[in-house]
Amino acid sequence: MEETIDQIHAKAISELDAAADIQAVTALSVKYLGRKGEVTRFLRNISRYRPEERAAIGKRANQVKQELERSFKDVAERLEHTGAAKKERIDVTLPGRPAGHGTLHPITRITEEICDIFSRLGFDIAEGPEVELDYYNFEALNIPKNHPARDMQDTFYISENIVLRTHTSPVQIRTMEKQPPPVRVIAPGKVYRCDSDLTHTPMFHQVEGLLVDEGISFGDLKGVLTTFVHQMFDPHTSLRFRPSFFPFTEPSAEVDILCVMCRGSGCRVCSNSGWLEILGSGMVHPALYENVGYDADKYTGFAFGMGVERIAMLKYGIDDIRKFFENDARFLRQF
Amino acid sequence: MKVSLSWLKNYVSIDRGADELAKALTMVGLEVESVTNRFAYLQSVVVGRIVETGRHRKSKQLTLCSVDTGQRQLPIVCGAPNVRKGLLSAVALPGTVFPDGTVLSAGVIRGTRSEAMLCSEKELGIGPEASTIIELDDALTVGRQLPEALGLDDPVLEIDLTPNRPDCTSIIGIAREIAGIQKARISYPDYSISDNGNDIAAMTSVTIEAPELCPRYAARLVTDIEIKDSPDWLQDRLLSVGLRPINNIVDITNFVMMETGQPLHAFDFDQLAENRIVVKTAHNGEHFVTLDQKDRQLTDEMLMICDGEKPVAIGGIMGGLNSEIEPTTRRVLIESAYFNPGSVRKTAKTLGLATDASYRFERGVDPKGTVSALNRTALLMVEIAGGKLVSGLIDENPRPSVTQPIELSAEKTNRLLGTSFDAKQIRSLLESIEFTIEKQTARTITVVPPSYRVDITRPEDLMEEAARLSGYDHIPLTHPKMPAEGKPMPKLLRVRNRIKQLMTGFGFSEAITYSFISGNACDMLNLAGDDPRRQTVAVLNPLSEDQAVMRSSMIPGLLGAMRHNLAHQEKNLKLFEIGKTYLAQGADQLPGETEMLAGLWTGARRHPSWHGREVECDFFDLKGATETLLQALGVAEVQFSGAPDDLCRYMRPGYTGRFHCGDQHLGLLGEVHPRVQKQFELKQTAFIFELNVDQMLPLISERKSSRPIPRYPSVPRDITLIVDRNMQAQDILQRVMQVGDELIESLHLFDVFEGKPIPEGKKSLSFRVIYRAADRTLEDEYVNRLHAETTARLVEEFNALLPA
Repeated sequence: MEETIDQIHAKAISELDAAADIQAVTALSVKYLGRKGEVTRFLRNISRYRPEERAAIGKRANQVKQELERSFKDVAERLEHTGAAKKERIDVTLPGRPAGHGTLHPITRITEEICDIFSRLGFDIAEGPEVELDYYNFEALNIPKNHPARDMQDTFYISENIVLRTHTSPVQIRTMEKQPPPVRVIAPGKVYRCDSDLTHTPMFHQVEGLLVDEGISFGDLKGVLTTFVHQMFDPHTSLRFRPSFFPFTEPSAEVDILCVMCRGSGCRVCSNSGWLEILGSGMVHPALYENVGYDADKYTGFAFGMGVERIAMLKYGIDDIRKFFENDARFLRQF
Repeated sequence: MKVSLSWLKNYVSIDRGADELAKALTMVGLEVESVTNRFAYLQSVVVGRIVETGRHRKSKQLTLCSVDTGQRQLPIVCGAPNVRKGLLSAVALPGTVFPDGTVLSAGVIRGTRSEAMLCSEKELGIGPEASTIIELDDALTVGRQLPEALGLDDPVLEIDLTPNRPDCTSIIGIAREIAGIQKARISYPDYSISDNGNDIAAMTSVTIEAPELCPRYAARLVTDIEIKDSPDWLQDRLLSVGLRPINNIVDITNFVMMETGQPLHAFDFDQLAENRIVVKTAHNGEHFVTLDQKDRQLTDEMLMICDGEKPVAIGGIMGGLNSEIEPTTRRVLIESAYFNPGSVRKTAKTLGLATDASYRFERGVDPKGTVSALNRTALLMVEIAGGKLVSGLIDENPRPSVTQPIELSAEKTNRLLGTSFDAKQIRSLLESIEFTIEKQTARTITVVPPSYRVDITRPEDLMEEAARLSGYDHIPLTHPKMPAEGKPMPKLLRVRNRIKQLMTGFGFSEAITYSFISGNACDMLNLAGDDPRRQTVAVLNPLSEDQAVMRSSMIPGLLGAMRHNLAHQEKNLKLFEIGKTYLAQGADQLPGETEMLAGLWTGARRHPSWHGREVECDFFDLKGATETLLQALGVAEVQFSGAPDDLCRYMRPGYTGRFHCGDQHLGLLGEVHPRVQKQFELKQTAFIFELNVDQMLPLISERKSSRPIPRYPSVPRDITLIVDRNMQAQDILQRVMQVGDELIESLHLFDVFEGKPIPEGKKSLSFRVIYRAADRTLEDEYVNRLHAETTARLVEEFNALLPA
């Protein structure tokens, strides 16, 4: 009994499945589809079937021919691809050529983060001089000469009336002098104090904030600073507002967050108190409004300031503030 | 400010533990920094049993003991008469710090080793007995720490006082706050003296010649006193807050100062010439020896307490050696005064002399507490020092203090705080800390603060009192209404941020160096004598010579950072810094602050890797980075040309260029001068640049507008010119654009060659010129003709040769 076209088809497919390389596929292609191939021969000998069967068998045989052509081609392409990969192969695990990126200083990163948060809350950004008149750094902020409050900040003097600003608060006065209320501004920048140890460097960075408008309350201060802390640290950070004293705010408040290291149980970082002081704040003292010519009966507002290094140390786990200004490449690369 | 719980309890009953009290005080604004047990220093003193005794070879008074301390048996030499076998006593181990400040160490006593010490009550600061060692209850466990074994527990709160609260520089002041927190009452000590007569008037007088500096001066006389050690309770009080007992008279003045916050001074009355007091300012240049035996030079702004002839004390700061209380002192004049705070502060600052008294006077003592503190002191001197009080009181008060009533509106309070107090609530809060309410209406109260609250002058001060006493925690959290408007970020900030992004993208890491540099940094930079950067801004009180002036250039900072890194094997550095430089503008004027960008590249351009060997960076690496930065920023029309050597004496001559826009100088770029490299102790060279950001700002256009993309293809043609070796490439490039046809779209230099076959003294420069028309495809022949014309023109202009 002669093979049917479907038997030939099945045989061809099974042999094709076993083909290991492209040569085997070419051979099979010759064996079945070549001039003397089995399918070709089958078609050539179609006349041995009865005339009424011929049309159907012929149609089927042509179908098989096309299917086999397609299968041979697919397998040949597949084998060609894998074959090439076997022969020509690179060690893709070799290191690439680095594009080489630099890093932003951690102080820049944290300052940007702080500014971004307040920008989203609607605060503008302003800057002021770092070498400042005694008037803006102290007097206009309700810190007269020979006042013990001056002891809160060890000051570098340039002359009797010129200092290196000890805080970014002079920008409050300069901003209010320049524009009428409402004022919503933050002022990042360098500040200087005559102090140097594990936790103090003679230069460091602060971000100051000021919001003056009609109807601004201490409750608003709590709201804005809570929003800030939750965005800066995490939304579950506990914080507390604690009475304090700054000559330019009344009432004044220190803002503490629950220690990020020990979660309040007490550790070296928080001096066992469970809390970390991160912001000074308060309602703008009426004396400041008098100094800049604002109507103290109409406007109220709050101000706040924070040390950027302190926040960076907490967020990045940096233990020595001096690292910020050594510019050790091994330190800078980490950010 | 240190306060012990046991002392506080004299004036107020305390309803909570020390930690809870600390928390409560912190939350009303008196930040407690630490709570420690006063007897913590006794932790290295343990209960020990004398298990053996023997005679000392060299001394009959000394006994050799072997003492069981629980863990070890220690040999101890002891001289106490009551030492005996079986006795349980207190053993101080080496390292113990006694109240008098001495530190115990193991040692050899007259040739015999003694590993620890058997102690008396007195030595441990827990009782008066000094001659015998402590005899402990036999039931105590050997080895236990003494404070625990004896239940010695007196918490001491260390309070970080803010400068507005001089009233809290006393135990009573803190007790008042506690009474406010607990809604409790305070019991004041008895200050009252009923004088039967005025004998003092005949014995002494007080004359105030400087009433502005000394608004009030009160005095009493005590006679027949006997100088001796204070009784134990008094010594114990002083020790509990860290003061060392001296003698009964001095101790009493210190005690009353700690108790009331009013500094007092006791003069030896018999040392006062003419037995009287005159308060006046010093003469310029006058000398005075203070109690600490230091000679002080005075000015005519300093207030002195004088007798009939000479100064005897610097008012409010320190007494003089010449009227010190001596063991022979029998009669004492007690001073209790109110001095002008600003004046005391100024004098203390000028003299560099800060004392417990000046600390209180410069913050402002209670102007009405003068006499009560004086009375308290006098009564104690009678009680403790056996003195007799001379009847009568001197109270010179040329400038009586007046406390103004303050009207407070409940509505305004609520508006500022975001609270909903009514007048009655505010009243009760203020009354809890002894504020007097003169008048109350439905909406307002009229408040007279106590005289010791010198910080309360405005309604806002009262609002703060109400807020802190009710607790900041109870103020509801709200959000301000903010209009949807805002200003754009200032251009400088935008550009600065962009520079930082670009520079880090180019592989440079951001550095931040100190704004101060060394006083000789300008010399180290080799700056010319008339270089404007020598107009530095000097700090009057620098921390060190290395930080003596504000920087006038960013370069010293970056070179310093480089030196630090080289010392730590970091030899390949790409750093940049953006910040201010400062130049003096004349006396009492703010200096000019200029925003500068500086960069440094040293070491490898490429690290050695399997891709290739290490390649050192060079001038053109940094130049390329800088040019790319300027392009990316869109700084228009910046040129770069060779810099005259005197402009940049810290750069290597011939390896320096400057950025400029027309005549406007923008910055420098080059290789560090070998001499400067040596000055900064750098073992390798570096390439550096500095750019003036402030001057670049107006050249940066932030407007962008789109141009059509060319529709027709470009046609490239190359040209090689052999020119004089000294000819600058930029001149030729610029000339090509000037003289070439307008169809030249761009050109770039792709090869520079010197050496054979190029003739000596010449170099060949090869450019690719790109031709393009906006409206058609250029034909080859046409371009060839244009190119030949350009070439011919350049050959002529630069006297150039074409390659053979």
